[in-house]
Amino acid sequence: MPISPNQADLPRYLLVEQEKIEAIGRRYGLDFFPVVFQMLSYDQMNEIAAYGGFPNRYPHWRFGMEYERLSKSYEYGLSKIYEMVINNNPSYAYLLEGNSLTDQKLVMCHVLGHVDFFKNNFSFRSTDLDAGEPITDPVRKRGGEYDPNRRWIDKMANHGAAVRRIVDRYGIARVEQFVDTCLSLENLVDPWSRFVRRRRDEVVEEEPTAVEVPRLRSKDYMEEFINPEEYIEEQKKKIEEAREKKKGRHPASREQDVLLFLIENAPLERWERALLSIVRDEAYYFAPQMETKIMNEGWASYWHSKMMTSDVCDWSEIVDYAENNAGVMVTSGGRLNPYKLGVELYRSVEDRWNRGQFGPEWEDCNDLDQKRHWDLRLGLGQQKIFEVRALYNDVTFIDEFLTEDFALEHQLFSFGWSNRNERFEIDSREFKNVKERLLSQLTNFGNPFIYVEDANFENRGELLLVHDHRGVDLRGDYANETLAALVRIWRRPVNLATLSDGKKTLLRFDGKEHSSRADAP
Amino acid sequence: MSLKIDQDHSRFRAIVRGKIRQNLRRYISQGELIGRKGKDLVSIPIPQIDIPRFVYGDKQRGGVGQGKGDVGDPVGGQEQEGDDGQGHAGQDAGEHNLEVDVTLDELADILGEELELPAIENKGKNRIVSAKDRYTGIRRVGPDSLKHFKRTYKEALRRSVASGVYNPKDPIIVPQHDDRRFRSWKEDVEPVANAVIIYMMDVSGSMGDEQKEIVRIESFWIDTWLRRQYQGLESRYIIHDAVAREVDRDTFFRTRESGGTMISSAYKLCGQLIDQHYPSSEWNIYPFHFSDGDNWSMDDTLSCIELLKTDILTRVNMFAYGQVESPYGSGQFVKDLREHFSEDERVVTSEIRDRDAIVGSIKDFLGKGK
Repeated sequence: MPISPNQADLPRYLLVEQEKIEAIGRRYGLDFFPVVFQMLSYDQMNEIAAYGGFPNRYPHWRFGMEYERLSKSYEYGLSKIYEMVINNNPSYAYLLEGNSLTDQKLVMCHVLGHVDFFKNNFSFRSTDLDAGEPITDPVRKRGGEYDPNRRWIDKMANHGAAVRRIVDRYGIARVEQFVDTCLSLENLVDPWSRFVRRRRDEVVEEEPTAVEVPRLRSKDYMEEFINPEEYIEEQKKKIEEAREKKKGRHPASREQDVLLFLIENAPLERWERALLSIVRDEAYYFAPQMETKIMNEGWASYWHSKMMTSDVCDWSEIVDYAENNAGVMVTSGGRLNPYKLGVELYRSVEDRWNRGQFGPEWEDCNDLDQKRHWDLRLGLGQQKIFEVRALYNDVTFIDEFLTEDFALEHQLFSFGWSNRNERFEIDSREFKNVKERLLSQLTNFGNPFIYVEDANFENRGELLLVHDHRGVDLRGDYANETLAALVRIWRRPVNLATLSDGKKTLLRFDGKEHSSRADAP
Repeated sequence: MSLKIDQDHSRFRAIVRGKIRQNLRRYISQGELIGRKGKDLVSIPIPQIDIPRFVYGDKQRGGVGQGKGDVGDPVGGQEQEGDDGQGHAGQDAGEHNLEVDVTLDELADILGEELELPAIENKGKNRIVSAKDRYTGIRRVGPDSLKHFKRTYKEALRRSVASGVYNPKDPIIVPQHDDRRFRSWKEDVEPVANAVIIYMMDVSGSMGDEQKEIVRIESFWIDTWLRRQYQGLESRYIIHDAVAREVDRDTFFRTRESGGTMISSAYKLCGQLIDQHYPSSEWNIYPFHFSDGDNWSMDDTLSCIELLKTDILTRVNMFAYGQVESPYGSGQFVKDLREHFSEDERVVTSEIRDRDAIVGSIKDFLGKGK
């Protein structure tokens, strides 16, 4: 289904609605890319949704799997996709044929919220195709109208064409198998790499400079007590040893972008390298969306609810709207709903900044009654939430604005696996635990931290990865399979240093056998 | 219009069926065919293949939820994102099984659709007719007992919002006469057909727990399907080793004997049951027999075949034999049956290697519309 840039296939009455809604959005200060709405039948919707929103992707069975899941859920009446919008400039959004007009309006309002978010939230700057690397100041507005190149629809289609060419040459079975291997490693990326200069230009040290041990400041007569000579010597030795160890080490320091490291260093054929690069590019495209799921959905929900209830709906629609909205916001079965959590957090921020409930005076106030009636009538709420939508991602958003009162009001709890009862149980309602759990779940998209440590492990050309263990073990069988995928790419044995049940463990796969030993480096 | 996704979809199906990429089959989440039965909650398996990655182990992980409950209370299922269908097409790894509320009738329809099962041809015993009311519509008049509370409330809410009476601080809605909505019904006339399934199972020593589990799952689906086709379906259960006896459903799946195997004993008992209770002029009869294919002797097998020919086949809609593979059974019996009945459409045989083969075997059994 070709996407046409004109909006001819959108019925006129919807175009009129779109214009109205966009005018309302602008009045509220929303700042969005142009939006192209397309009307789709449900099987087209399922197809495009299966392809992650893009009408053209490379061929792969997992899209077929997603399609089956979506179309079955639809046929059995479990769920249907109301809307979909892709981060592209202009942004494309899809409406489902046969929805009521109220629903379509709701979707349009919701989409505007998303597109405003795509354009203004800093993390999406990493999807600007015309940005030079790295983007060290993602907040700064570039001069004039910000109109970046985000033609990802084209880029994805180009990926599709490239993969199809490779398929013609090497056959679908071989290509798909390699793509599976790449997908096994898809989450081994460095979400911040677009914003930080990770690799310093290597300063080639001809003569190693003398080792200088930093000293604590002291008065002359205290010097030998504060910086005792033996200690300084000891430190000097340590630094020299570390330097010696690092000599000729590759990579110079551990790297989180395992995919990039493999693209640059693994002995791949040209077509394999091309596929791996495509998988990596697309992983980075989707990263900001995963990083801001709660914020993004919350923002879109905030705006659809504001615009629908104050401007768009007339009385005959409001009840239908409310019923539908309730369906989106529902939190049943104890599950956290990102739409609900997000929108409530924005509302709480807005309310607090309207009433001046922030800053040291507020924090220091211990009088509950005074706090309850605290209202400085600052009216900063709107300004604040626009600022928040630009400068935060889910982790910082939750960290800064999820307060104890909020957790209490919304009955948040943390849960864990109970070995005794063999089920998931609520384990705490303590604010500290809940927040920590939520944050750790969002950190690094809930993926473990894995780094490339050494490309010449034990001087045998083996790859050594290190898992930065933060309290949770890796899933063993999956770790072994992933090591196998790495071996297919690295073509030498691959090792992973991790902790298992609190003990250091080195997992190894040599192409034939999996082994694990205790003396992890 | 053919969709681009079709190619990707058919490759996915081929992987699931094990035609290509055998190595991926390991990751298919085995949709347990019966999730939780009871309260009509049944899980529908939609196979998902999970590409292995470095991920956290499940059990140490936990998560954050929202709602009522004390410390120590169970949480419904694993942490999952509210998949309400709205929002971005997720890039998140797929949830595994979908577990869904469906009634058994719907489930049967889904099964029928999935396996392209034909509706069963009734044996023409539809003399008895029954009328049944189905509540399908809404109307504005009706008895109070049929008042549709939710629709009435919605109408009342709509009216009070429109007329400006609605007060969000005190959201009391008082329905008026015009707001009332009632369920309405229409009458469906259905022919009544009687049907009975006679399950027979070999419980000799060579049938292990796994084999019985397979029979249990398979018979659940057969039950569900036939129940959809016939109102008032009866089931009878016969177990046998060297001798056969009739038992209740529970015993049927639990019993394990250690004796030898004489299949003819079961067929004899089956014939007697039909004689005594199910005259073939009034009943659609479905004997299903499951065993691992080991029989005591060739003589006994021959007498089975004789029994089938003379006593059973003349009176039933079809005779189904499912052979579950077990490490002990020789698997000879299915070959014998096929040899003697290859021409006979009324005898359906199926070999069930493992759990994955259940679906195919259901299709074997029910695919003929008998």
